[in-house]
Amino acid sequence: MQKGDSIGSTTIRLDRADLVRYAGASGDFNPIHWSESTARSVELPGVIAHGMLTMGAAVQLVTDWCGDPGRILDYQTRFTQMVPVPEDGGATLEVTGKVGAVDAEAGTARIDLTVTDPGNDGARVLTKAQAVVRVDQP
Amino acid sequence: MSVNPDLQGRSYPPTQPYAVGREKIREFAAAVKAGHPAHSDLEAARALGHADLVAPPTFAVVLAQRAEQAVVQDPDSGIDFSRVVHADERFTHHRPIVAGDELVATATVETVKSLGGHSMVTTRADIATTAGEPVSTVRSTLLVRGEE
Repeated sequence: MQKGDSIGSTTIRLDRADLVRYAGASGDFNPIHWSESTARSVELPGVIAHGMLTMGAAVQLVTDWCGDPGRILDYQTRFTQMVPVPEDGGATLEVTGKVGAVDAEAGTARIDLTVTDPGNDGARVLTKAQAVVRVDQP
Repeated sequence: MSVNPDLQGRSYPPTQPYAVGREKIREFAAAVKAGHPAHSDLEAARALGHADLVAPPTFAVVLAQRAEQAVVQDPDSGIDFSRVVHADERFTHHRPIVAGDELVATATVETVKSLGGHSMVTTRADIATTAGEPVSTVRSTLLVRGEE
């Protein structure tokens, strides 16, 4: 394993039901994630996805790659673009990951994720999305 | 109204104990589309050496946001929740959260910064078992948009 290696890619599809499901599971009932009128009243383009839903779904690529969610020691991101989720059609996000750094002494690798929204001119919705993973043989 | 700079350094009492259940882990995993069997299949989790079902890496947000409520609802905070945008989030896991854990979270305001009429509030939630074992540290920054 070395810096720059790809860990693969995946696609996340989000619709309004996914937002309601995440609201219930997480306890985050901010109405901007389910009420069109509330979202527009605070100058948003419409209902948007929870940033934490995008963050939570994107890391699945890392879990699949390392084979054990318990190996993910640290995971961080900045939220740089909103993800509008229209009632018709929803949103689709593209996720790719690559090895950003390897620390042989610590037995860890840093995976850098790129998450883009093709429905918004390919805007990067997460920035500095990085997961530190325990690996057996870096 | 802007965010009170005196919040910086303030700590809040721990949340009520939260019992992490298997069905909650399954429900949260489905909500974030986390399909790994260690979140849903006890045998798969145990085969990886875990005591029980493993929570997804961002599950700790459930605990952290309960603790952060104390900050947002502090009558002294000056935070208007309708003007809050999530700016960043970081999870540092001392060990994975598994079903059967009983956890408490304690929020501390690390920094309050002003940026051209807006405020950035960074909180830290320290998550531990009720026996005092550290489990996760969650840092979250909220951008509080100033009035137009």
